[in-house]
Amino acid sequence: MNAFVLLGIGGIVGFLSGMFGVGGGFLITPLLFFIGIPPTVAVATGANQVVASSISGVLAQFKRKAVDLRMGTVLLIGGMIGSGIGIWVFTLLTAAGQVDLFVQLSYVIFLGLIGLMMLQESIRSLLRARGTGGPVRRAHVHTWVHKLPFKMKFRASGLYISVLPPMLVGAFVGFLAAVMGVGGGFIMVPAMIYLLGMPTKVVIGTSLFQIIFVTAFTTVMHAVSSHSVDMLLALLLILGGVVGAQIGARVGVRMKAEQLRILLALLVLVVCLRVAGDLLLTPNDFYSITAGKLP
Amino acid sequence: MIRWTLPFLLLPIAAQADGSESIVAGLSQSNVSITANFDGSEILVYGAVKREAPIPEGAPIQVIVTVQGPDTKLVVRRKDYRFGIWLNNAEVNIDSAPSFYAVATSAPVAKALTDTEDLRNKITPARAIRAVGITADAEGAEQFVDALLRIRREEGRYSVRENTVELTDQTLFRADMALPSALTEGDYLVNIYLTRNGQVIDKMQREIYVRKEGLERFFYQLAQDQPLLYGIMSLVLAAFSGWGASVLFSRWRW
Repeated sequence: MNAFVLLGIGGIVGFLSGMFGVGGGFLITPLLFFIGIPPTVAVATGANQVVASSISGVLAQFKRKAVDLRMGTVLLIGGMIGSGIGIWVFTLLTAAGQVDLFVQLSYVIFLGLIGLMMLQESIRSLLRARGTGGPVRRAHVHTWVHKLPFKMKFRASGLYISVLPPMLVGAFVGFLAAVMGVGGGFIMVPAMIYLLGMPTKVVIGTSLFQIIFVTAFTTVMHAVSSHSVDMLLALLLILGGVVGAQIGARVGVRMKAEQLRILLALLVLVVCLRVAGDLLLTPNDFYSITAGKLP
Repeated sequence: MIRWTLPFLLLPIAAQADGSESIVAGLSQSNVSITANFDGSEILVYGAVKREAPIPEGAPIQVIVTVQGPDTKLVVRRKDYRFGIWLNNAEVNIDSAPSFYAVATSAPVAKALTDTEDLRNKITPARAIRAVGITADAEGAEQFVDALLRIRREEGRYSVRENTVELTDQTLFRADMALPSALTEGDYLVNIYLTRNGQVIDKMQREIYVRKEGLERFFYQLAQDQPLLYGIMSLVLAAFSGWGASVLFSRWRW
């Protein structure tokens, strides 16, 4: 594999993730599929890359005191459990020869849903910006989430809620980290805002905090269970990525938020369609070879 | 005196019945190191045909050289159109197939080798794979083996290159065997066959040791033997570069 291709991929994904403020795992893993890296290696190495890009992000958030450590820890406990289950499912599916399909389907479903939702939301807000002000969202809306047991105080978020919903959110994101090689910010951030009712200012920092530890845990688990982490591959992607992210962040500042979101939504949909194409179009080769399990 | 020497004089003649021609051969190198910038290697197989008698009449002698990489277990899967998408639907387990297999001959295979001799000595790639047991858990296992041969041929792992062994005066021969950059670590077998009228009259085996070296070897071994340490090292590396980048870029304003 050419080192410059990998540096380039890292750079492009880093640029986009810096510009849009996303982790980039959902871009890097499919890009690795497209250049012919086996899905198992792509997922495990993608998780490793997310660790690097999230660390540089969380440091800035810590400085701003925008991390709810208590909430982060609860999310993290859930995340570990979810990641463990994900690794187990991943190993099982690898043995059955269906892991590629599973990873691809996960990508198509999640990227498709998220992309469409983001596109709809950002077009609406673009239209609203042109027209008059829309409805205002209330900060504290009491829903079924607030009636569950095991309540706990989360001072930084100003919340007094059950630990079950954040645990479940964490577990779900941890599962995605293990099977898709993503941080899962694209699921967690909306869930934290709309489901848990967390204030927006602590959402990014707290989700990054959880993502770092869950993807770190996932990387080690993948390395142990299937030897599928490739350190040199990850290093090249990271080197390209950190440089790209810094440039992207500076470009992103100069663009309008609505435009950025529409672009990101379109990007997510393009990746989704490309992955879907592999499933829907007649393959070039019906046969594939994989290494057999040693007896 | 004569009575004692007679059996010894007869010995070479007895040997001639099995084949008066034998191989003397060498390799340009018996070790290949896979380093970080390894981009393939070329092994020169050279040698001569040793004879006690004049070159026999009839069809000329032919030389076949094969290089075989370490065997691995494989699963060959076939995608079928199910539920509106393409997914892996059938599989055949192959007990062992060489990770690399190259054949070079001094004449077209059909001329240099009869099918029976090919079957007996497992010379061409198709024979080298079919020779091993196939767990018949799918219908038409043949198609899966054909697919395996085809894919590996397209990848450059399996090759049959006819007329690439240079043979001079039916005595001296040389073959350049190219090894690709994506090599599996292990012991490679080099087989040299001498044939006449499609019959193998002599064969010889040499080994090439292919090993990862330097950084490649270190990381490979670490990943296999100490996966936990390897995983943690990957993390530390990631954490350090993530932190380093943010520090570096926050100082460098533009």
